[in-house]
Amino acid sequence: MARSSTAASKPANTREDAARSNSSGPLSREQKLELYYYMRLTRSLEERLVNLYRQTKVVGGLFRSLGQEADAVGSAYALDRSKGDVLSPLIRNLGSMLVQGAKPNEIIKQYMAKGDSPTRGRELNIHYGDLVRGFIGQISHLGDMVPVMAGVTLTFKMRNQDRVGLVYVGDGATSTGAFHEGINFAAVQRCPLVVVVENNGYAYSTPISKQTAARQLVDKAIGYGIAGEQADGNDVIATYEVTKRAVDRARAGGGVTLIELITYRRKGHAEHDNQSYVPPGEIDRWASENDPIDRYVKRLLSEGFDQSELDRTDARVAEEIDRATDEAEASPMPDPTDALVGVYADPPTLAPLWFREGIKSAVEAHERPSSWGTHDV
Amino acid sequence: MSEITYLEAIREGLFEEMDRDKNVFCLGEDIGAYGGAFKVTEGLMAKFGEQRVIDTPISETAIIGAAAGAAHMGMRPVCEMQFIDFLSSGYSILTNYVATARYRAMLPCPMVVRGPSGGYVRGGPFHSQNPEAAFLHTPGLKIVYPATASDAKGLIKSAIRDEDCVLYFEHKYLYRRIKEEMPSGDHITPIGKARVTREGKDVSIITYAATVWKALDAAEQVEKEDGLSVEVVDLRTLLPMDDEAIVATVKKTNRVLIVHEDTRTGGVAGEITARINESAFEWLDAPVLRVTAADVPLPYSPPLEDYVLPQTSDIVMALRKLAAY
Repeated sequence: MARSSTAASKPANTREDAARSNSSGPLSREQKLELYYYMRLTRSLEERLVNLYRQTKVVGGLFRSLGQEADAVGSAYALDRSKGDVLSPLIRNLGSMLVQGAKPNEIIKQYMAKGDSPTRGRELNIHYGDLVRGFIGQISHLGDMVPVMAGVTLTFKMRNQDRVGLVYVGDGATSTGAFHEGINFAAVQRCPLVVVVENNGYAYSTPISKQTAARQLVDKAIGYGIAGEQADGNDVIATYEVTKRAVDRARAGGGVTLIELITYRRKGHAEHDNQSYVPPGEIDRWASENDPIDRYVKRLLSEGFDQSELDRTDARVAEEIDRATDEAEASPMPDPTDALVGVYADPPTLAPLWFREGIKSAVEAHERPSSWGTHDV
Repeated sequence: MSEITYLEAIREGLFEEMDRDKNVFCLGEDIGAYGGAFKVTEGLMAKFGEQRVIDTPISETAIIGAAAGAAHMGMRPVCEMQFIDFLSSGYSILTNYVATARYRAMLPCPMVVRGPSGGYVRGGPFHSQNPEAAFLHTPGLKIVYPATASDAKGLIKSAIRDEDCVLYFEHKYLYRRIKEEMPSGDHITPIGKARVTREGKDVSIITYAATVWKALDAAEQVEKEDGLSVEVVDLRTLLPMDDEAIVATVKKTNRVLIVHEDTRTGGVAGEITARINESAFEWLDAPVLRVTAADVPLPYSPPLEDYVLPQTSDIVMALRKLAAY
């Protein structure tokens, strides 16, 4: 990526940005429908990925955000893309990335390890970013993105820019040293940073009761001397509003806010996880009583939206996902020798090891490891 | 022009780069108002202000992580580890996040992590370390370790201008013990280029950092006492390693001694030996020998530290053994 594009990372205005850039008042009708669109897109895209996973077309694991779509979409929607705000997502923030401009075909290509995926096959799932659109890809080491986003927002402050950063962590990451160091550093520097703790009840199999003795995670804000707020993460409007307050505070020079969003992870850590550690009935209860999309649909209908508007949105989502899937399936796998490109700016390409000289592909000369997906290259 | 110390040369390099490019800024513990534990950054805050010379909490992970975030946005951060021994507190984010950023995410991450390194100063186990080998094994990082004042200045400037993360080890034994007149103008030492510090034809010593000076002393001694002509190659950059310079000296003298202050097992000398084996085996007239520290945490008491670390007499003995092989 050219460095010049990182300095001026204001995205081009789109229809959505125009609608959102004066979102100081209550949400408009169009915006409310857009929130529905992003939540539906998140859920349907993941359902498509499940199909592809079962067809063994997904090379690695599959991570779902079922039941957490409201917290991801509502919080990201509070950022202002026209100002160049930046977020760093977690594994269950597909919805946040879509709000920032990530495209369904990119997501599917990532999962399918395609050569023209955003990371050219180097990284898995939704681990990717784009500085121009305003999202920075996470790594698997939980908590690390807090110090990184502290540095991103420190830069906004140093350059007197009117920009805000948002970083997601889970309940589990609040136990890491990186979380502590990053949020404390950002607090001292009064960085324009919003830290969203998505408390979904479990870190892999570990329940919150084994993660912390704190009564609630929002209490940690007190120790850092920063603002703290808690909200219902399954209510997309509440999630938007609490994040919007924090974003406005950050933009006005009020420093860091820690937001705890209460939600629930209805699927396992990844698709393979049988959730044997979850008490019987818990998942069904959240699904039947507290599904964020069901709740939002009920609300929209009670506010005078017509079912046909939602149906049209659903049809648009289905059509976009079909198109994205076709494109991703037709995409090529990476050229094996691309593995040697881009470790450094200089040298841009490493020389092949002596036993690979003149060999274009590991598959040509060596038996393919059986664990390596099921595709023909 | 007057001579300046190795420490002053680093400071001069920082000054010049901060003056040249407003994106360059420093962050670390006690580096601003206090000027740093060794005063490397003394005067920087007065000149550039506390926005560009940031006193941080005791948080190596936050220092390195925040530097990465700033670097993504186009800044050129220079992190100070108060002692390089504390780099291990930021090991995870440095090796997992920073070093992989360009490759996995096409994210630019131009940043420098620097700090006082090395022993011979009675610093004990946590103020004397040479952790370079731990990072030599991490693709995505670059490592420099100057031995002279002019290279200290030239390499800090190169490191700041590099597009990737450079670990800049500075030897605290050399801070105030060596002086040199700086080359005039915008003095740059290229990354990835070794230097032949002393020409010779009988035996080569490949080394870097403080042991360059012990190698030079030993070379003088065996020239006087044994009539041996010893070449000394100062690597200056450990990653990427200057294979061309290594092979050239092997072909010239056919006998090689590798000297480093770091511990032996898994050390830089093993890597150099393997490269010589792969690229210049037929040019060797003797096995490659290593003089290194013993494989122990570095002890505090002078008789213990002197016993563990490589000394000039050890190098002299090894040179004689190689010459006689």
